[in-house]
Amino acid sequence: MKQKSKIMVKEDIFRSLKRIAHEIIEFNKGIKDIAILGIRRRGVPLGDVIREEIEKTEGKKVTFGIIDITLYRDDLSTLSDKPKVNSTEIDFNVTGKNIILIDDVLYTGRTIRAALDEIMDYGRPKSIQVAVLVDRGHRELPVMANYIGKSIPTKKNEVIEVKTEETDGIWEVWIAEKIKK
Amino acid sequence: MKKHLITIDDLTKNEIMSIMEQGKAFKEILSRPIKKIPTLRGKTIGLLFFEPSTRTKLSFELAAKRMSADVLNFSASTSSLKKKESIKDTIMTLEAMKIDIYVVRHGFPGVPYIVANNIKGSVINAGDGAHSHPTQALLDLYTIWEKFGELKGLNVTIVGDVKYSRVVRSDINILNKMGANVTLCTPKTLLPRTIEKFNVKYTFNLKEAVKNADVIIGLRMQKERQDSGLIPDEVEFNHFFGLKPEIVANARKNVLIMHPGPINRGVEIDGEVADSENSVINEQVTNGLAVRMSIFYHFVEG
Repeated sequence: MKQKSKIMVKEDIFRSLKRIAHEIIEFNKGIKDIAILGIRRRGVPLGDVIREEIEKTEGKKVTFGIIDITLYRDDLSTLSDKPKVNSTEIDFNVTGKNIILIDDVLYTGRTIRAALDEIMDYGRPKSIQVAVLVDRGHRELPVMANYIGKSIPTKKNEVIEVKTEETDGIWEVWIAEKIKK
Repeated sequence: MKKHLITIDDLTKNEIMSIMEQGKAFKEILSRPIKKIPTLRGKTIGLLFFEPSTRTKLSFELAAKRMSADVLNFSASTSSLKKKESIKDTIMTLEAMKIDIYVVRHGFPGVPYIVANNIKGSVINAGDGAHSHPTQALLDLYTIWEKFGELKGLNVTIVGDVKYSRVVRSDINILNKMGANVTLCTPKTLLPRTIEKFNVKYTFNLKEAVKNADVIIGLRMQKERQDSGLIPDEVEFNHFFGLKPEIVANARKNVLIMHPGPINRGVEIDGEVADSENSVINEQVTNGLAVRMSIFYHFVEG
């Protein structure tokens, strides 16, 4: 993997996430029945920032959970190394909630598809909305994001690397290129 | 990861920990409103039970169904084995039905190897003779690990019918591997001749055996294999080797009481102990489901 250019630094990322937080409040006319679900791994720290901003603005706690979609992937049988399964932590009833799913990058849409299936196994939410830091295009499924930090047109051989303090020690977004061996 | 899970020796320490850690994620699934995940959709799991079993078979079957696999049930008593079909021919027939994972239980040690040599998929040993029962050992380990958060240095005492128990062999194997200290306690007549190779301490005095124990595992008296007079009777066995409240009092205060089931109350374990707060016998059953799901996940091929 060759890093090509840095597209966002911490300030850019936080501005985007804070704007998304306010859009969520605006679109849902407040935060009644809202629950945020961060998709492991990088959706979790991103979701935390959005949650904090919403809580600061509205002065109320927001329900938060973590979802691990590994067991719902559609490519498990094509991978030679099995991905590690982590726990999903949803300790609230999703039925009737407006779920805000948060991930770092929206690409093929397959992660969101898996997350939708998994959430449905917990109950029947009133709605599910998707927020992503980066939308890089190349959808393979009819999936869309309701809230987007930044749209970055990419080539298929490129990769968007979102780094968070929690997972990588720094907040940054890079565009990188896959190098064929 | 090896292709088959026949003994604990098929797993490295890291692989054991991987099954433990990811077992947590599978346990969470069991607490959901819809306890089903699509992970093994399109896979077929054959349950080949040549010997009776309730909990192990149900546990494997439910684990497979929770993961959306199709389950093919085979029990020897109602099969063509009664018409003198050989094990190999039976396996060849099942193989023609394209089975991905075979779960095998047999009264003779080594049968899982015969199955493994005749199929394309993976074999999970669900108990063969007095040889090995790796999934029971993994679920026992999970139960201990979940409670203590570590395994190294824990004192584990295993009590009961060691001679005929496959559980004890796999338990010792996995506990030694993970650095726990194992003590065995069994009547002299039920002590295997090869005990020195087990690499454990042993004693014939139960009170001494449970001293400072963090975990006590009771083994089932295998009544069906006790016709050779190795123990005088169950009452005497219970007197010297039964887990009773006054015996358990010699262990550590937060000692875990475990038993692979089915329990014989008043033989190897008293009801009062089996139903006590320290007992995790029923939790072992839940953990068994989660751990077997984790095992399927680790061993299924693409």
